[in-house]
Amino acid sequence: MTPAIEVEQMHKRYGALRVLAGIDLKVEPGEFFALLGPNGAGKTTLINIIAGLTRATSGRARVMGHDVVSHYREARRMLGVVPQELVFDPFFTVHETLVIQSGYYGLKNNGVWIEEIIHHLDLADKADTNMRALSGGMKRRVLVAQALVHKPPVIVLDEPTAGVDVELRQGLWRFIKQLNREGHTIVLTTHYLEEAEALCSRVAMMKQGNVVALDSVRNLISSVSGCSVRLRLSPDTLPPALQPLMSSREEGCYILTLAEYSQLEQVMAALRTAALQVLEMQVLQPDLEEVFIRIMGTHKIRKPGTLSV
Amino acid sequence: MTGFLTLLYKELLRFWKVGFQTVFAPMVSTLLYLLIFSHVLEEHVQAYPGVAYTVFLVPGLVMMAMLQNAFANSSSSLIQSKITGNLVFILLSPLSYREIFFAYVTASVVRGLAVGLGVYLVTLVFFDVPLSSFSWVLMFALMGSALLGAIGVIAGIWAEKFDQLAAFQNFVILPLTFLSGVFYTIPSLPPFWQGLSHLNPFFYMIDGFRYGFFHASDISPYFSLGIVAACFVAVSWVTLQMLKRGYKIRH
Repeated sequence: MTPAIEVEQMHKRYGALRVLAGIDLKVEPGEFFALLGPNGAGKTTLINIIAGLTRATSGRARVMGHDVVSHYREARRMLGVVPQELVFDPFFTVHETLVIQSGYYGLKNNGVWIEEIIHHLDLADKADTNMRALSGGMKRRVLVAQALVHKPPVIVLDEPTAGVDVELRQGLWRFIKQLNREGHTIVLTTHYLEEAEALCSRVAMMKQGNVVALDSVRNLISSVSGCSVRLRLSPDTLPPALQPLMSSREEGCYILTLAEYSQLEQVMAALRTAALQVLEMQVLQPDLEEVFIRIMGTHKIRKPGTLSV
Repeated sequence: MTGFLTLLYKELLRFWKVGFQTVFAPMVSTLLYLLIFSHVLEEHVQAYPGVAYTVFLVPGLVMMAMLQNAFANSSSSLIQSKITGNLVFILLSPLSYREIFFAYVTASVVRGLAVGLGVYLVTLVFFDVPLSSFSWVLMFALMGSALLGAIGVIAGIWAEKFDQLAAFQNFVILPLTFLSGVFYTIPSLPPFWQGLSHLNPFFYMIDGFRYGFFHASDISPYFSLGIVAACFVAVSWVTLQMLKRGYKIRH
C-alpha cells in the first residue's frame, strides 16, 4: 500500500544551522500519528516541507505517493494542513473564507460539504461574521475547516490545541477522531503528551533534527522498565541508603526512580531498618511523558539510580 | 482554471471591499492634481498646438493613476498577506506559480482600469477631451497596468515590511511616474533631461497613451508599445522566476 506520507533522507539547513539531519519517516494510510519533540526539534520544518511551504536542502517527501516538489499539485490536493499560527484574512467572513479556499483546490460546488464542516466545528452562527471579529478559539476552528474543504485523505495538524480551551479541545479531538475512523490519516504535533498517548497509535520523537524514537505508543511505554515510587514518610526524612534513588520532592513526598520492580524490596527494607512509618505510598507506571523525558535526556529526572535509555 | 478564477475573485473582492480607499480616494487625488495644475499652468504651457493644457494633462493623469493603483494593488495585497501570514492559504493550495502571477496581475489591471476610467469619466463632465483611437488607449492602459501590476508583485514579494514597500513606492515608482512627462512634453526639456527621460519606461506608456487621445506624440506609438511590451515580458519573466523558486515566500 502507498504510504500516506513518506519522507526519505530529508535534510534542511539554514546557512550553518542544521534543522533537519536526515529524516526517514513513513506514515501508513489510516494512522493516527504524532510528531513529538521539544521546541526547535524540527517538527514544523518537517511539516512545512511536506506541505510545500519550505524547500528541503536535500531528500524527498511524498504524500499518497506524489512527490511534494515535482508533483506538488497532486500532493497538495491530498493534504490538509492546519498551521500552527493563528492566521486569517481580515477581509472576509467565515463563509467567504471557506468558499475561496475550496476554489483554490478547483472545487466549485462545494456548498454541501462546507455546510457540513461549519456544522461539525460549531461555526454555524458565525458563518457570516468577519474573521477579524472572531475569538482565538473560533479562528482556530476556521483554520481546521479550511484544511478540510477539499476532503484531503491526509490531515496534518501543527499544535492544534495550543492555547485552546478544554471544551474546544475535546470537540476538536472528537471531530478529528471521527475523521480518522472514516479513513483519513492524521498527523499531529503537540506538546500535550497525554493527548498523543490517548489518541495516537504511533509516535515519532524528534530531537535536534533527528528522529530519535519511532514506535507504537504501547511499545514505547513498555520499553521503559522500572517505575517511580511516591512516598510520604513520618518522620519526614529519607534514609541515606535511599538518597541515590531520589529523583525529586514534591508536596512533602519523595519520588524515587527505580530501574526495576525488584528494587522495591530494597526500598521497603531500608524503610524498615530506619523504623520509618509510611504514610502514603504510590507506585507510578511509566507513561508517554516519562518515555519522552528519558529519550530527550532531560537532566532534571536523570539522577544516579535512574535507568538511562 | 477554477483555482485561478478564485484567486482573481478574491483579489478583486479584497480591493472592492475597501473601495473608498482603493478606487475613490485615488480618483479624488488625481482630480485635485488636475484642478491645481490646470489653474497654475493653463496660461504658461502649450504642449501641443491647439490643445489646452488642462486637456493635455488629462490622459497623463489618467495613466498615472492607473499605474500607481495597479502597482499598489498587487504589492499591498501581497505584503499584507505575507505579514499577517495568510499567504499560507495560497501557498498550501495546488495553485501554480503561473496562476498566482496572472491572478495578481489581472486584479491589478482591473483596479488600474477602474480608477483610470473613473477619473476619465469625471473629467469628461468638465472638459472636452478628444478620443482619437480607442484601441491605442486601451492597449496602453492594459499594458501599462499589467506592467505595474507585475512590478507590484516583485515589490510585494521582496519587501519584508511596510517600510520597505513604501520606500520602493516613493523612491522608484513615484519619481518614474512624475518624471515621465505627465505634466509636460519631453521636447520642452533641456537635452540632458530629454535623454534621461527616454530611459524611463513610464515615459513610453504616457506618450503612447496620449497618442490615443490626440493623435500626436513625442515618438511613434508603435515604438512605445514595443518598449512597454518588452518591459512587461522582462518583468514578468523575473516575477515568474521568483514565484517559481519561492523567493522569500517558500523558505
